[in-house]
Amino acid sequence: MMGAAIEVQNLKTVFGSKIVHESLNLTINTGEIYGLLGPSGCGKTTLLREMVMLERYHSGNINILGYDLSAIGSEEAQKLRREWGVLFQAGALFSSLTLRENIALPLVEYTDLSATMIEEIVRFKINLVGLKRSDANLYPSQISGGMKKKAALARALAMDPKLLFLDEPTSGLDPISARDFDALILELRSLLGLTIVMVSHDLQSIYDTLDRVAIIDHKKIAYEGTLDNIKSVDSKFIKTFFGKYNE
Amino acid sequence: MKNRPTLKISQIDGALSLKFSGEMTVYNLSKNQESIDKIDLSKLKHVDIDLYDVTFVDTAAALFVKRVEKHFITNSCQTQLLCDNNEILRTLALVEKKQEPLREHKRHSKKNIVEQLGKAVYKHYRAFLSFISFLGELFSANMRYFRSGKNIRYKEIAFEIYESGIKALGIIALTSFLIGVVVAYQSAYQLKIYGANIFIVDMLGLSILRELAPMMTAIVIAGRSGSAFTAQIGAMKITEELDAMRTMGFDPYMFLVLPRIIALMIALPILIFVADIAGVLGGMLIAYIDLKITVELFIERFSDVIAVKHFYIGIFKGPFFAFLIASIAIYRGLMVQNDTQSIGFNTTKSVVEAIFAVIICDALFSIAFTNLGI
Repeated sequence: MMGAAIEVQNLKTVFGSKIVHESLNLTINTGEIYGLLGPSGCGKTTLLREMVMLERYHSGNINILGYDLSAIGSEEAQKLRREWGVLFQAGALFSSLTLRENIALPLVEYTDLSATMIEEIVRFKINLVGLKRSDANLYPSQISGGMKKKAALARALAMDPKLLFLDEPTSGLDPISARDFDALILELRSLLGLTIVMVSHDLQSIYDTLDRVAIIDHKKIAYEGTLDNIKSVDSKFIKTFFGKYNE
Repeated sequence: MKNRPTLKISQIDGALSLKFSGEMTVYNLSKNQESIDKIDLSKLKHVDIDLYDVTFVDTAAALFVKRVEKHFITNSCQTQLLCDNNEILRTLALVEKKQEPLREHKRHSKKNIVEQLGKAVYKHYRAFLSFISFLGELFSANMRYFRSGKNIRYKEIAFEIYESGIKALGIIALTSFLIGVVVAYQSAYQLKIYGANIFIVDMLGLSILRELAPMMTAIVIAGRSGSAFTAQIGAMKITEELDAMRTMGFDPYMFLVLPRIIALMIALPILIFVADIAGVLGGMLIAYIDLKITVELFIERFSDVIAVKHFYIGIFKGPFFAFLIASIAIYRGLMVQNDTQSIGFNTTKSVVEAIFAVIICDALFSIAFTNLGI
């Protein structure tokens, strides 16, 4: 582990008259799997969307891979976007393209690789996330939710990003697929040396995959660190959420 | 029936006894409420709520019992709940624990007309500003887009020209042909009276080339492609496809917005040209049938009296109408919120606003051209 991949300092987010985050600080180290947890409506997904520049924050600072998001130019932003992959909750595959075309799209747009090379990369990514080769020609409307997530992960990994953002990767999956997905994420981290940031509600997945977590509650970080001594923290959310789980 | 719910009310001096019996459920509360409302409270000191004979209480009835109790307490009576059934007591306790206190609703004072007007104007002002900001973003995307030829997405533009141009040829030709027929038929009747048959050519040529063909084409395309653009982009917004594009560094303006606008700006003049042909053909047919003007005569007269500038004016309007239709449609698509209702709302708005904008634009052109003497 070396240095911080993401640093959030004094972040404040306001929606209309509602304050979502206030003086929120966290640090995500390179190479770790980091979880954003908290009660629903606490602004986990908002924080994630702010990190990937879909949402604007009110004040404070987010620093990703050395880029300061509050003062980033459009060229730099474009460069940064190629260094991460994002997995949306429902996959967000482009519905007019087949899985193959979805995964190939960033490669086609951003590189001048030959068609056969791209095809080879796409096949590898499809295999990597555990899809069958025959699935590649299907459209997103023709496949199941679990397959959509896998395909979306393959697309997020298409450019071999250093950073991976996952928004509830196991929600809506059956328990077996969810455990497979966890195993896949762990494997990818060790294979590709990724830094992974995820929002999750799935306790099993949290204990199986996360190195460190941040609990967001009441607009701030209620806890940041490993899961080992999380139960000793005095927070109502942590008590009810982690209370029943025995490792 | 044994379980039939009854309420016996007996009053001795200041002491009232409410004796409920049977099954108290949500279905038989209102009657009880009525009879309790009728009780004269002025002389009451003590109320017994007697539930000894009640066999079952559902949660609604439990709430009702609590309310009755409160009703008497607030009118300074002592109350006593008489009940020995454990289940009923448990239901009552549950209700007491989980009941949300009814807050007094803030009465919305009737808004006066000035306030309503002000709010409506402000809302429209904000909507107008957000459209202007969309146009600003569009032009800044334009600058980036045309900086190098590599950025221009020929494939998407060609696809959109095919989708909203070529595929619409049939309907545009048919509509315009029928408009030609209708206009010719109506004017033929009037012209016959004065024996001015040949002037049908002047009339048709001018009105179709200059006004009717561009307008009809724009209206059909607003309904056909405008609504399609809004719905497509709106649906992509709901499924987070637009967000996914942004995080991957694909600017939606470059990938979705500009190709559609450019495609429509190319396609509309072509469609207007086709509409011109079809409209004049329709008029020609009626001129022959109704006024016995032969095709040769019609064409000869046409080339004599209709200057080519009228044709150019009609075509010239095409790209302007196309820009209005496409930009309004796409703006409306981007305005879609995260629910399906808003797709319908914005699609309707898109078509109505596009047609309105086209008509306004046409009126402005009319004034400008007349003043310029064209």
